[in-house]
Formats: sequence, structure tokens, C-alpha cells
Amino acid sequence: MTARYWRGFALPGVAWLCLFVVVPAYAVLAMAMGRVNLLLVPIPAWSPATWNPGWVSKAFSGALPGGEYWPAVRNTLVYVTASLGLCFAIGYPVAYYVARHAKRTKTLLVVLLVIPFWVSYLLRMLAWIGLLSTDGYVNKLLIDIGIAHPPNWLNGNAYSVILALVYGYIPYFILPVFAGLDRIDRSQIEAARDLGATPFQAFMRVTLPLSRPSILAGAALVVLPMFGDYYTNDLISASPRTNMLGNEINLFVQGGPEKNLGAALVLVLMAILLVLMIYYVVQTARDARRFA
Amino acid sequence: MSRLRAKLRNPWGKPRFLVAVTWAYVAWALLPVLVAMLFSFNDGRSRSVWQGFSIRWWWGDPNQSIFHDPQYTSALVHSLELAALDMLIAVPLGVLLALGLARWRGRGSGAANGLMLVPLVTPEIVMAVSLLLVFTQLAVVPFSLVHLGTGAQVIGQVTFSLSYVVVIVRSRLASIGPEYEEAARDLGATSLAALRLVLLPLLLPAILASMLIVFALSIDDFVVTQYMSSNASTTTIPMFLYANARGGTTTPALNALASILVVTTLIGVGIAYLLYTVLTRQTAPGGASALRELSGLEATA
Repeated sequence: MTARYWRGFALPGVAWLCLFVVVPAYAVLAMAMGRVNLLLVPIPAWSPATWNPGWVSKAFSGALPGGEYWPAVRNTLVYVTASLGLCFAIGYPVAYYVARHAKRTKTLLVVLLVIPFWVSYLLRMLAWIGLLSTDGYVNKLLIDIGIAHPPNWLNGNAYSVILALVYGYIPYFILPVFAGLDRIDRSQIEAARDLGATPFQAFMRVTLPLSRPSILAGAALVVLPMFGDYYTNDLISASPRTNMLGNEINLFVQGGPEKNLGAALVLVLMAILLVLMIYYVVQTARDARRFA
Repeated sequence: MSRLRAKLRNPWGKPRFLVAVTWAYVAWALLPVLVAMLFSFNDGRSRSVWQGFSIRWWWGDPNQSIFHDPQYTSALVHSLELAALDMLIAVPLGVLLALGLARWRGRGSGAANGLMLVPLVTPEIVMAVSLLLVFTQLAVVPFSLVHLGTGAQVIGQVTFSLSYVVVIVRSRLASIGPEYEEAARDLGATSLAALRLVLLPLLLPAILASMLIVFALSIDDFVVTQYMSSNASTTTIPMFLYANARGGTTTPALNALASILVVTTLIGVGIAYLLYTVLTRQTAPGGASALRELSGLEATA
């Protein structure tokens, strides 16, 4: 079987990806390096010879502390870090229990963990909008337990946004961590116990290090979409106070005429993600060497 | 104290704390969704205060129920339309790509493999912005032929669904192994005949499963679909939910629409899972492995 034969199979798909992933990515760069004409219509610069770095430098300097877009960048970093922390704090024990201890209920629990994965993200936000609205069940409960003036959850409340992000993305964290923990050979933990480790030591020195690759995978799966999220904020907060980077991009690209700036902010987002991805690849390679 | 010590000594005992956390999580994850679905049966106009049971938002109300209000029906129809088109294009393209990438060694194959993963690791807004810019700014064939609306929406959805099809089909290819095909070749089949008569039937479960997964991905998608939309006629269910979720004037019909979305998706994924488990029983025993292959976890984790 010749290589050319199989390459022929891949060709249409690769052509599709070149047309609709690679060329569009260049379009973002061209727009970020572009200009506006006299009518303020944004014009992309397709040839590198005509590139204008003005928007890109505006976006990158604005994204630094003190800059115009720093509040959005800071919100993004704070919300994503807090959400990731909560995903770990809630998700790891759940994945651990289902993988290691649930016996008769294991299949049922796996199904229950998978369901939110396939329930529309928008519906899950809609559900919280109902619960958190001023006359919703959450505030009713707070009034019942004696809090006379419960907060307005749906108007620029950072806690609501973080709660919604965790609620939205935690299934993507739990499933890979569960899969990783489920694959750990039980005899390795028993060996640690036989050699005198307490259960806590066995967990810290065997289970946790062995589940590190899947924790990293789960973290990557929740962090990547969270960095580009704008709709959670729009739905749960709808206030510029809690704007994230995705909201700024959405605003400039879809809303106003400053598409060049929107495209330049996409480059800022990709630069942040590139740093995180390099960290991920380095860590994964290190784990692969260690466990090889 | 002695009980605690006994517990520490025997870690295989019942971990009450973990049980509580797990079931509390399951309740937290699912109850709000159930409550939202229940509110589609609310008798009043509120989506947060229960006013008694009725089916008026599903059928009873002659103007405002989802099957009578053209806004809702058109969003529903357009969502299904896009899902069907996405499925018809992404699945054949993805199966071919998976076969090609799994077998093709040599110059370019590494780059093609990397390229296939890009849509999986890029935030959706980046894909959406880049596709929007290329369709609205680049006056070169083929991009100039595509206009925002159904055409652009289908292209956008196919672009991100493709990678999922490849991941599912490739993990199935890996679990089939090369033996069946080699045996067919040894018995005199041409490579094309071996592919058609041996490999394709073995791949059928993965193909069916990826069809239903693509259907679910398409019907749930919001960001790309919204960026690629043109006007009200290309509104999908998730776009309609986004635009109206905070509005004080929208009725529980919105919850009914969302419930349809969820039930459709879950039925699709459920059928995919059952088909996959039943059809692959001979070659790969166990439901858990099917689940893992299906969700592409072997590939990501």
C-alpha cells in the first residue's frame, strides 16, 4: 500500500482544515495588522509588506497592568484561576470516589457525570438565571433563613460569574480525571501500603502523582474554553464590571467598527494561551519520562 | 477517636465524606436543569416563580406556545437543518481523514495530524472571529462565494465537528488493529476491497456514533453558529436562548424550547452509546471502554 494512496484519503479533510482553519487564522493577523480607511471601515493588510503594527501594540500594551484592557485581562485571570481551583476541589473528590470506591453504583454515577456534558450549556445558564433572579429560589431560601436583603446575583456579581463558569465547565474536568484514576493499577497502591505507607501517604505519594497527567488534561480542557468565554458573563452578569477578555473581543468584532482592535485582542488571547500550552506540553513530557 | 484510627487503618471502608460530596455534586449538577425543565410547565408567565401546572407553553396557548409561535418553530427547524447538513458533510470527510491520518506515514503527515487537533484546542471565539473575518473581508474564491447565513454556519460547524469524528474513528481503528485487513489481503482481496468489505463494516459503530455526536455538537453549538448567522431566519435554538434568557418578557415557552434541545441531544447521545456498545461487543468488551472511546478520552487524557 503506497503512501500516496492513504494521503489521498486525508487530502479532502486536510484541504478543508487549510481553507477554514489556516487561512482564517491568517485573516485575524491581517486584520490586526490592518488599517481603517477614511470612512473608518476596517481594512485588513493581506501582504506583510503593508503591515501596520499600531493596533497590535495598542492591544498588547493595553493588556498590561494599568492599561485600558487590563481590567478585562485581570478579571479573566482571576475568574479562570478561581474556577479552576473550585473545579479541582469539587471535581477531584468526585472523580476519585467514582473511580475507586463506588462499586454497585459506579455505572449509574458515570452516567450521571456524563449527562451534564451533553446538556446544552445555554440551558444550564438559563437554569441558574431562573434560580438566581430576584424572586428566584436562591433568594427565597436566603430570606427564609433570615437574610432580609439578599444580593442581586445577576448584575455584575463576580461570584455568580465564577459559580456559573464552574457549573458550566466542571464536567470537562471530572471525566478525564475519572478516566485517569480508573486506570491506576490498584496493586501499586497496595504495594505502597504493604511497604508501610499510611493510606494518606499512599494517596499523596502514589495515587496523586499517578493522576497528575489526567489532572493536567482536565485543567487544559476547562481552561482553554474559559479563556475565550463571553456568553457566560453576558448571561449571568451583563455588566461591563465583570468583563472578560472574550467580552472585549466580542464587543470590538461583532459590535463596533474597531474590528482591527478586536483581531489584535484575539492575538493577545492566543499569546496567553500559547504560554499555558507550552507549560502543558513541558509538564506532560516530563510526566511521560517519569512514568515511562 | 478509635473509630477514626480504625478508619485510617482501613482505607477500603466506606468513605462517607466522599459519598456525600459525590451525591451533593450530582444533585447540584442536575437539579437546576430539572427545575428549569419543570418551569416549562408553569401555568403563569414567570420563569422563576411556580404558579401551578399547565402545558400551555408547550401546546395550549394558541399564539405563544412553542409550536404556535413562529419564532420558536423557525429556530427549532433551523437547528435541525444545520445539524443534518453538518452530519452529512463532517462524517464522510472525517472518516476519510481518520483513515488517511492513521495510515499515511511520511512528509506532511505530522503537520496534518497537528492541524487536525487545532480546532480542539482553540477557544471557540477565536475560530468564530477568524471565520467571520475571512468570509466578510477576503474577496477571493472560495471565500467570496460563502455568505453569512446557513452556508457559513454549516462550514463553521463542520470545521469544529471534523476533529471529533477523526478522534472517535481513529480510536476505533486502533482497537480493531491491522489483522483483519491483513487477513483479507492475504486471501487475495485488493486493498480497496479489503477496505470496503472488512474495515468499513468494522468501523460502522464508530461511524454511527460519530454521526450522532456531530448531531449533538451541532445542535448545542452557540458561538460559531451565532458569528456565522445573518439575520433572524438563521437563528438556532441556542442563539434564541442567549438572546432571550435575561428578558423579562419571555415566557416559560423558552424553557420548553430548551427542554426540547436537551431531550433531543440526550436521546441522540444515548442511542450513539447503545449502538456503539452493542455493535462493538465482539471486538471490545465492556461498556466503560466504549464510553471512553466515544468521548475521545483515550485520545485527550
